[in-house]
Amino acid sequence: MSERPSSLGHEFSKGILLENPVLRLALGTCPTLAVSTSLENAIGMGVAATLVLMLSNASISLLRNVIPQRVRIPSYIVIIAAFVTIIQMLIKAYAPALNEALGIYLPLIVVNCIILGRAEAFASKNRVFVSVLDGLGMGIGFTLALCCMAVLREFFGSGELTLKAFGHGTSLTALFGLQEGNLLSAIGLEPVTIFLLAPGGFFVFGLLMALVNRLGREKKGADACENNCSACPMAALCAGKEGEV
Amino acid sequence: MKLLAIIFAAVFTNNFILSKFLGICPFLGVSKKTNTAFGMSLAVLFVMLLASIVCYPINCFLEARGMEYLQTLVFILVIAALVQLVELVLKRHLPALYQALGIYLPLITTNCAVLGVVTLNVSEAYGFAESVANAFGAGLGFLVAMLIFSGVREHLEGNDIPDFWKGLPATLVAAAFTACSFLGFAGVAGNLFGM
Repeated sequence: MSERPSSLGHEFSKGILLENPVLRLALGTCPTLAVSTSLENAIGMGVAATLVLMLSNASISLLRNVIPQRVRIPSYIVIIAAFVTIIQMLIKAYAPALNEALGIYLPLIVVNCIILGRAEAFASKNRVFVSVLDGLGMGIGFTLALCCMAVLREFFGSGELTLKAFGHGTSLTALFGLQEGNLLSAIGLEPVTIFLLAPGGFFVFGLLMALVNRLGREKKGADACENNCSACPMAALCAGKEGEV
Repeated sequence: MKLLAIIFAAVFTNNFILSKFLGICPFLGVSKKTNTAFGMSLAVLFVMLLASIVCYPINCFLEARGMEYLQTLVFILVIAALVQLVELVLKRHLPALYQALGIYLPLITTNCAVLGVVTLNVSEAYGFAESVANAFGAGLGFLVAMLIFSGVREHLEGNDIPDFWKGLPATLVAAAFTACSFLGFAGVAGNLFGM
């Protein structure tokens, strides 16, 4: 049976807004908070995680009838770890600066709950093409959420915005032709360094989540933990309580 | 002295949760009550120590063979296996401890703090004693942050918060202020231990 185009579009787009993994489902919070200090890092992390997500979704979907039910989680972890290692080696080879900047958060993509969550909730039950689309949508949603965080934190924290990806591009100060100082000092304000530090990360994330809650009120948004409980590390303790944001 | 400095840094200056953002899921998910926060942190501390001890010789072996690229894959498997093993051993020999930590153990496999400690040991090229000290400090820091934050959250519980701030957003803002208090430790480790 072939899927209708409308449902394919839905599988792709749901991850971007309605079921945004970071802002609506609160998955993958660790990398979101850790690497969102600059837009360049956010894009790098987002792209790396998206690639891993698509590749792992594809292979898990292909193997879904082969992997025994009882050892599925370890199998998924091995598949994900293999792809993370491949991506990590590619980044080391072609974007060493990004590798430095992301540090231990790059290998930690393995334990990013978004990837394991999608493997368990989607790829293990669906066909290859739809799974890849789902992975791409979720990955883009993750990247967008990261970029939102990074833009706010970098701009208010340093008054600067690096418009770079993988070492190529420019910065906002250069774009505006400022010779010295930064954008905030140009209009007589001081950068607030705390935005770049840990508390700023928590604060901006809370702010964005509140905003999404507020805007998503009238839409029939997905319930926070819907059908993700089986893969969620917190399932045993939350019993659907924590998710009711 | 260096070991003390590593422990101090891991507990306060580079607290795993509040400045490295590792283990945020349990930090937000299990910190509602002080009891559960304590149990979870103990389990994490235990597994972190074990994982560091076990992964050190394995990493030596991998490096000697020039197979560093397998690190991530092997470490996560070791952690998953360890958690299973600990669960079995506790169940059979220490039922009391199993009662206390049992439900938290399966959650730890996907806790990025544990893999984070092991990865950090490797990337900082720590020796055996330093790795264990780092793991102990990280676990202790986890415990401290969880306990403080569960106290904060218990106070948050009965407050009148706007609807769309309820739940995670308010919790995250509370976490921001908790993290602020740990900023004060910046530089203390360096001066205290002359590093």
